[in-house]
Amino acid sequence: MREPGVGEARPVQPSRALNTSVVSPRLETDHLSVHFGPRSALEAITTRFDPAETVSLLGPNGAGKSTLLKALAGMLPPTHGMIRLNGRRVTRPSPTVVYVPQRSGVDWTFPVSVLDVALMGRTLRQSRLMVVTRANRDAAMESLHQVGMRHLANVQIGQLSGGQQQRVFLARALLQDGEVFLLDEPFAGVDVPTQELLVSLFGRLRDAGKTIVYATHDLAQAAVSSDRVLLLDRRIVATGAPDQVMTAENLRATFGGQAIVPLTTPAGGTR
Amino acid sequence: MSDFLLDPLQHQFMQHAFAAIVLVGVICGVTGTFVTLRGLAFMGDALAHAIFPGVVIAYLLGGSFLIGALIAAVIVSLLIGAASQSGRLTNDTAIGVLFVGAFALGIALISAQRTYTRDLTSFLLGSILGVSWNDLLLTGVVGAVVLVTMLVVRRELVMVAFDRTFAQAAGLNLWVWDQLFLVLLSLAIVVSLQTVGNVLVLAMLVTPAATARLLTDHLGTTCLLASAIGAGSGVVGLYVSYHLGIASGASVVLVATVIFLLVFLFAPRTGLVTSRVARRLHFAHPERDTFAPDAPDKGMV
Repeated sequence: MREPGVGEARPVQPSRALNTSVVSPRLETDHLSVHFGPRSALEAITTRFDPAETVSLLGPNGAGKSTLLKALAGMLPPTHGMIRLNGRRVTRPSPTVVYVPQRSGVDWTFPVSVLDVALMGRTLRQSRLMVVTRANRDAAMESLHQVGMRHLANVQIGQLSGGQQQRVFLARALLQDGEVFLLDEPFAGVDVPTQELLVSLFGRLRDAGKTIVYATHDLAQAAVSSDRVLLLDRRIVATGAPDQVMTAENLRATFGGQAIVPLTTPAGGTR
Repeated sequence: MSDFLLDPLQHQFMQHAFAAIVLVGVICGVTGTFVTLRGLAFMGDALAHAIFPGVVIAYLLGGSFLIGALIAAVIVSLLIGAASQSGRLTNDTAIGVLFVGAFALGIALISAQRTYTRDLTSFLLGSILGVSWNDLLLTGVVGAVVLVTMLVVRRELVMVAFDRTFAQAAGLNLWVWDQLFLVLLSLAIVVSLQTVGNVLVLAMLVTPAATARLLTDHLGTTCLLASAIGAGSGVVGLYVSYHLGIASGASVVLVATVIFLLVFLFAPRTGLVTSRVARRLHFAHPERDTFAPDAPDKGMV
């Protein structure tokens, strides 16, 4: 039931002698498989995500990165196996798990402002009848400030660049105030300043004890901005520190015939 | 001029008609805003037609129109959902198959009646001049229920419309919220049927909301403007209908359409004509440009 995944370090045995406490996993999967009809998207994923850890999911299109994130968020029921959040089985979305979807899945012509979108991070905690409370508004402005978008708070979201759109999503995620942050392709199609912002934000969240898991097919990005890489091709090919895991052999096994050079394919192919 | 405005108001049936069209304009303006934002215009048309057999059955049994229509609407929207989840049919195909089928069922049922032609015409085109006090009361009550419900659940409706994946991850059940919206939409359509009829109700949902959307980037303002435009087109359309002796439903819809076209061409920022002129001015005075997005996006490589 509790075997660690392929290539993963076995958890340290509990020991009274050591004061460095054994970290219990924040999120763990146990032989997680997800099938869509006859098609298998994920097979027997057994791994763990700890507090204060940034993990990148790396794999080609169709490797199941988005599927794994959605399953971890409690949006997709596992076909086999299970997911546990703080030791409890996940059957539905939890408020402590924050999910940042791909930008492409959103209608950017929608008549809402940057501030409106950020406030969606608090939607389910707002009073039904009242307009936005002062406290929520201030919190939203503070999140926007953290991602450098405060000055555009009243702009309609369709006017933003890709990087700015991603920042708004980040502000909304910060406002949700969760323990786990799951991000689907946050680096796709964003400008360099936004990439840098993402990296520094991940660092700050990790230092605050949060768990960050994000999908990417950018090898270089994964190498520099995560504590651990999880190479995924429907199964776990390997997982561990970037410099140990990202060997030519493992990458070939993950990306197969596809070019190792990370290309952003227009098709997306993430469902 | 005052005769032009006051003359119709001497008749009680016209007073009722004005009240009804204003109510319908407001109700359809708000629900229609969400219809246009979610690209559900075809679904709205489908619901209007799919409601038809429910209304006919209620009419034949002497029951409540509202309940008959609601049952029909819920059944059809569930069937459309189920058919489009089969994976082989697109959503609009499922809508196309089911709504025409439901509509044919309504025609078949009503064609058995002796007063067939008259009944059918009043269902399809509405009979705004025959709105009774009770009809007005029903429209007002149902409209209030729809609007208050939408106000209470506005944040969820916006989230589900704007970013479905996020809404789901935040714990909203998409299916439940979609169905709730379709029920509210069905209610709005049902209370509009008598006023503008089956065929033209779509215009009350879509045209004012589309016009409003061209004028503002703010959702609340869009709803208010759409209501105002819908109610205004209704009032103006009724005057036109009264003085020119043309069908009232058609007259109302034509006024709404003319307003849409005017806005489409001449809206301050987005109009087809005005934006051309603005671009000319921009080339002449680029420093007057108010919004310049910073850091151009590199986009997908």
